[in-house]
Amino acid sequence: MTAPPPLRIFLVDDERPARDRMREVLGDLAGELPNVVVGEAATGYEGLTLLPQLPVDVALVDIHMPEMNGMEFARHLAALERPPAVVFVTAHDQYAIEAFELNALDYLLKPVRGPRLAAALTKARAGGAVRREPLERAAAAAGQGPRRYLSVSERGRIHLVPVADIVYLKAELKYVTVRTAEREYLLEESLASLEEEFGGTFVRVHRSCLVARGRVRGFERVVDEDGEGAGWAVLLDGVADRLPVSRRQWSIVKALASG
Amino acid sequence: MNHVRDALPDFRNLGVVARILVIVNLAALLAAAIKAPRFAQLADAFVDIALVVEPVLIATLCALWAANRWLAGRPYWVGVAVIAVGVMWLTAGAQWLRASVDSEALGILRAGSFALLLTAFLAGYFHLRNRAFSPALAEARLQALQARIRPHFLFNTLNAVLSLIRKDPKRAEHALEDLADLYRMVMADAADLTTLGREIELARQYLNLEQLRLGDRLAVEWRIEDAPRDALVPPLLLQPLVENAVYHGIEPGAAPGTIEIAIRREKDRLHVKLTNPYHPEHQHRQGNRIALANIRERLQLHFDVEAELATEVSGPNFEIRMAMPYRKAASHPAPDSRAAA
Repeated sequence: MTAPPPLRIFLVDDERPARDRMREVLGDLAGELPNVVVGEAATGYEGLTLLPQLPVDVALVDIHMPEMNGMEFARHLAALERPPAVVFVTAHDQYAIEAFELNALDYLLKPVRGPRLAAALTKARAGGAVRREPLERAAAAAGQGPRRYLSVSERGRIHLVPVADIVYLKAELKYVTVRTAEREYLLEESLASLEEEFGGTFVRVHRSCLVARGRVRGFERVVDEDGEGAGWAVLLDGVADRLPVSRRQWSIVKALASG
Repeated sequence: MNHVRDALPDFRNLGVVARILVIVNLAALLAAAIKAPRFAQLADAFVDIALVVEPVLIATLCALWAANRWLAGRPYWVGVAVIAVGVMWLTAGAQWLRASVDSEALGILRAGSFALLLTAFLAGYFHLRNRAFSPALAEARLQALQARIRPHFLFNTLNAVLSLIRKDPKRAEHALEDLADLYRMVMADAADLTTLGREIELARQYLNLEQLRLGDRLAVEWRIEDAPRDALVPPLLLQPLVENAVYHGIEPGAAPGTIEIAIRREKDRLHVKLTNPYHPEHQHRQGNRIALANIRERLQLHFDVEAELATEVSGPNFEIRMAMPYRKAASHPAPDSRAAA
C-alpha cells in the first residue's frame, strides 16, 4: 500500500492567531489527508522571499493584509516557474468573494471548518498551479487597484520591483524591459496590460514605451530615426537614456512638462 | 405608548434659547407693525412693546434655565401649563408696572393673552420639532447599529477565539465574555443618552478583542484621568470611532501603531480626541466617512449647535476632535429618562 506523499502547505496571514488556528485544523485533518505545514509568513513580502525556496504544493493566503494584499501576493507567485496552487482565505469580503466565484478561484471563509478545508486542498492538489489570468480578472473585478510591485522571476526567486521606483517600461521582442534608476529587469507581461493597470502612473511616449509621469524632466530636439525632419525626445530623472516621443503622443506628453 | 416621547426642549441648549429669542422678537416686531399706523412710527411702537417684552423674555429664559431639570422631571403637560401661566402673569405684571400711571385693565388683559398665545405657539413649535426629529434620531441609531461592528471584525475575532480554545481556554472564555458584552450593548434598546463611563468600558472591551488578534501591532494609550465618567453622551459614540481607528489606522500597517484616546472636561464642555496612524493609500475605503457622518448627525440631534466634530490629518496621524456640552447624569435616573421606543 502506497500512501500519497503529504501535501506541503504554506500559510500567509498577518494575524498570528489565524495562522495558529489553521495549523490546528490542518493537524486535525492529517489522518484523512496527510499534510505538512512547511512554512508561514505574516506579510505578502515575507511570503515571497520564503516560499520560492521551499517545496510547496498549496498556499493558503489571507486576503486582507497590510502593504500587500493576498490577491497581489498570488499574482506575484504566478511569476514563479513552478508556482503552487493557491486557496484564498477571508473573514468577510463580499467583492473578493464575488470575484473569486466568477473566475473559478477557490476560497475559504474564516472561521475555517475541517471538511471544507479538506475539500479545498483535494481540489487544489488536482487543479494545480495558480495562473495569472484569472487572478488579474478577479483583482480587477474586486476593485483592487493597481499592484504596488512588479514581480520578476530570476533563478527561481521572485524579485519585487516597487512600481514607484520604475522610470520607464519598454516593450522588446518577447519581454518588457523595466528600468529603474539602478538597473533593468525583464518582465513577461504585455505593455498594453501594464498601461491599462498603471495608466495613472505612466504615460505612453511611443508605440513601445511608457514613462513615469513624475520622472519627466524635460524634452530635447532630436533628429528622427528615419532621418526625416526633427522630433522630440523625453529626458527623465534618474537615467541618462533619451527616449523618442512619437508624433501621435507628442501633444499628450508635452502637457506634462508644462504642468 | 406613543413612539415619540413628548418632552419640553432643553432650555440650557444654545440652539433652543436662540430660537426662543428670535421667535419672540419677531412676534414683537409683528405686533409693532400692526400697532403703528405709519412706517415711520414702527421703531417707536417696537420700543414701546420691547419695554414689556424684553424684561419678561429675559426673566423667563433665566427662570427656565434654572428650572430646566425640575421641568424635565414633570409630565409634559404640567410643564407646558406651568410655563404658560408663569409667562402670562409675568407679562401682565410688567404691563401693569409700566402702565401704572394710567392703569388700564384692557391693556393688561391684552398683554397677558398675547403672552399666552405666544407661549402656546412656541410650545407647539418645539413639540413639532421634537416629533420631526425623534424618528430621525431613532433612524440614526439604527444606522449606527448597522454600520458598526463590521462582520470583518466578528468573524476574525471568532477565528482568534477558536485558536485560543485548546491552548488557553481561560483567555478564550474572557474573550467570549467581552464579545457577549459588546453585542449586548449593541443590541440594547439604549437610553437616550448613556454615560461616558459606559462608553469607555465598551471601547475598552472592543480593543481587548482587537488586541487578541493583532497582538503587538496594536498599542492603545488612554488619557482619561480627567474624564468625567458621569457625563451624558449619545450611546455608541466612542466604539465606532475606535473601530475605524483600528481598521484604517492599524490593520493597513505592517509596523505597530498607537491609538490615542484623550477625554477631558473643560468647564462645562466635554472634549474627546482620537488619534491614529494615517495611511493615505487606504482611504478609498468607504466606512470611515459613513461612521463619522452618523456620529455628527447624532451629536447634532442631541446637542443641536453646541456639539462639534472635526477631523484633521496632522503629520503621520489622523485626528478626530469632538466637543459637546458636559451634562452630569442624575445619580438615579428620572422615571421618564428612558426612551419610549
